[in-house]
Amino acid sequence: MPEQLFQFLVTGITVGSTYALVGLGFALIYNASDVVNFAQGEFVMLGAMAAIALLGAGLPLPLAAILATLATVGVGLLLERFAIEPALGASVVTTIIITIGAAIFLRGIAMLLWGKDFHSLPPFTGDAPIQLGGATVLPQSLWVLGVTVALVVLVRLFFNRTLIGKALLACSFNRAAAQLVGINVRMMLRLAYGLSAGLGALAGILIAPITFSSYEAGVMLGLKGFSAAIVGGIGNPMGAVAGGLLLGVLESLGAGLVSSGYKDAIAFLFVLMVLFFEPTGLFGHKAAERV
Amino acid sequence: MRLAGFYLCVVVVVLLPMVFPNNYFVTVVGISAGLHAILAVGLNLLMGYAGQISLGHAAFFGMGAYSSAILTTRFAWPGVWAMLAGLMVTAVLAWVLARPILRLRGHYLAMATLGFGVIIHVIMVQATSWTGGPDGLTGIPPLNLLGWVVDSDTRWYIVIAATMLLAIWLSLNLIDSRIGRALRAVHGSEFAAQMLGINTSRAKTQVFIVSALFAAFAGSLFAHQQGFVSPDSFSLTISVELVTMVVLGGMASTFGAAGGAITLTLLHAGLVVFQDYEMLIHGVLLMAVMIFMPQGLFVGLSQAIRKIGHGLRSGNRP
Amino acid sequence: MALAGVSFQVSPHSIYAVIGPNGAGKTTLFNALCGFYQPSAGSVRFEGHELLGLPPYRIAAHGLARTFQNLQLFFNMTVLENVMAGCYLRARTGLIATALRLPKVRREERQLRAWAREALELCELGERAAQSAGALPYGLMKRVEIARALATQPRLLLLDEPAAGLNDTESMDLRDLIGRIRATGVTVLLVEHHMPLVMSVSDRLLVLDYGSVLAEGAPAEIQADPRVVSAYLGGAVQYAV
Repeated sequence: MPEQLFQFLVTGITVGSTYALVGLGFALIYNASDVVNFAQGEFVMLGAMAAIALLGAGLPLPLAAILATLATVGVGLLLERFAIEPALGASVVTTIIITIGAAIFLRGIAMLLWGKDFHSLPPFTGDAPIQLGGATVLPQSLWVLGVTVALVVLVRLFFNRTLIGKALLACSFNRAAAQLVGINVRMMLRLAYGLSAGLGALAGILIAPITFSSYEAGVMLGLKGFSAAIVGGIGNPMGAVAGGLLLGVLESLGAGLVSSGYKDAIAFLFVLMVLFFEPTGLFGHKAAERV
Repeated sequence: MRLAGFYLCVVVVVLLPMVFPNNYFVTVVGISAGLHAILAVGLNLLMGYAGQISLGHAAFFGMGAYSSAILTTRFAWPGVWAMLAGLMVTAVLAWVLARPILRLRGHYLAMATLGFGVIIHVIMVQATSWTGGPDGLTGIPPLNLLGWVVDSDTRWYIVIAATMLLAIWLSLNLIDSRIGRALRAVHGSEFAAQMLGINTSRAKTQVFIVSALFAAFAGSLFAHQQGFVSPDSFSLTISVELVTMVVLGGMASTFGAAGGAITLTLLHAGLVVFQDYEMLIHGVLLMAVMIFMPQGLFVGLSQAIRKIGHGLRSGNRP
Repeated sequence: MALAGVSFQVSPHSIYAVIGPNGAGKTTLFNALCGFYQPSAGSVRFEGHELLGLPPYRIAAHGLARTFQNLQLFFNMTVLENVMAGCYLRARTGLIATALRLPKVRREERQLRAWAREALELCELGERAAQSAGALPYGLMKRVEIARALATQPRLLLLDEPAAGLNDTESMDLRDLIGRIRATGVTVLLVEHHMPLVMSVSDRLLVLDYGSVLAEGAPAEIQADPRVVSAYLGGAVQYAV
């Protein structure tokens, strides 16, 4: 039984890493613009599908992955420029619908380009399982973990050590004040979309060898990423990472111990419970309204 | 004159099948548009007027549908009783859920309602012994209203059109009243609403239940009209679609919500010709309307018309 | 902002002002009175009832109404609807009756409309009734808030910086309005920075500084109090009223 639990834990952390990256993307965009980008999952799907397509076109895997990520970053920037910027300052619901429209649009494009079939990426370094203290770990899981840790560290460094990262952080605290001290808020918005599109794409490419990908694959991943960001307290990047990991582990435990069919229900039940007891997430700050 | 728009609706709904008899877009698409309109008008009470977003409304739609389906096929209940039972179950669940869920705001509320919708959907797929699983339940008998069996497209048109008009009428009455103003006050400022003596959490609970009941009622009709139900009809996509209908037509407008529902349903039916391009066009339209007409199609249009009218009148002045 | 040892009494039908520099705790005091904040200790008694610990909507039912420093107007409604919303407590019809538009609802609506008109007339907003609340100039928006609060038929009206953002003419109009409100039998508790207004309209004043009471008394006493002059009025500045 302990081995089995350990196995669930490994699976959970692997899947949770993807949620963490997607959640991180949500948090980045939310910080820069107060917008929850419901097309975030589509970035994940685009990254995976583009990498698969490029690999199929004969490119080596590393190059395919890089190009797919860049292409998704491009899509993120276009989305920001043509759908988000024109509606700056619109209400929450309006922007939610715009990003939902964008998600449907991107799904439509993916369906046209790659059809409705499921596709898969070969593992980066073979699929011979590694025995690790009674649990079987796929090499790809290690890739997912390693790259996620590296990305999270990089994002942290970016926020804490670079001027541009601090500028982005400043926007999240007070956009008007940031503008006053000379920060180009629009530029920051683009940066946030580019970054989170890139993070999403990488998450997609990393997980594609483990789960299959299709034009619809982004929907659930996007929702789980959103859940991660919410559980962590929206706008708190590291909270989103923690939320993602927590969600992944819980889901994996639920699937293993209760029933795999109910794993999504268990994940969302957890989210609901968190919100019922902590209405602003586990690590969110309580915003006080002034009367 | 308060109900002028409503009477216009009645006239259009009555004339349509006479002007276009046996028209696919009236009797087939029209039925589905009418059902969506009921759902959207109900959701608009919660979203447009009380300002509480719900991304899980398909769950209530589904609860009505599955209650009718399960009780009529497995327990041979008469349709009307099954429908009432469905409404009761939905009301109780909405009541239990309302307080914790409506304490949340903005994106947290969106998440919670979305999560609720997904949970109900998973149950529909997984609780196979009750719901028939992914394949759903078939063989739901036609609705029998005191001996009048609703078993043809024309009869369904009558039932659903009448229900839709009733829904619109109830919504119009509610909004322009003490209760409706309290709801809108909650949307405008919860602080101020409380200082007027409005128990805001009670007001939100009430409208949440009413909105859920509209959806459950539509669900029961849907189950009988289709003759079968499956989880696909109550997925997250449908919840999102419902929100889209309300926002597309124009929030905080009963006619806007109904109009948005009808427009989007017709659009779907029309876009089928484009097959693989349907999603693409759908996505672009959504973005375009929200960017260029954030107040929604119908509200935007009516404002434009009023502006033109105003321009003409002031232009005529000497 | 924390409050400590603040205690005062407002006699019926009077105008009582609370003044103090920014951050003195004036709005905190209001929020505690209205139930938005729950103080850890203390007591708020109104007409023999203890209000502390009650939610705001119950406090409103006891006859307290207020306006807000940061406008809390219902921008999604017209001016008339805003004020009709203020009549909420004066009517009874529930959800089902209103949805079915029963005859008693029609009667009640007419009555609410008349009451709302009355409040609007008192605030000289009669001509603005049909306008959208969001389309009004700032000064009038503040007046709609007062009309809305009056529509609840309060016995105590709390005005939180009603003159903020108003020019001098508007402030003097406001002074007249506050006078008319008192004349209808409503007690007024006022937080305000505009000294000419405060000194001319109030019967008594409470001066807060850093969450505690600096002085209390009639306007003339306060103006003569050296502690108030140095702490709040800025030493050299004197107000002639």
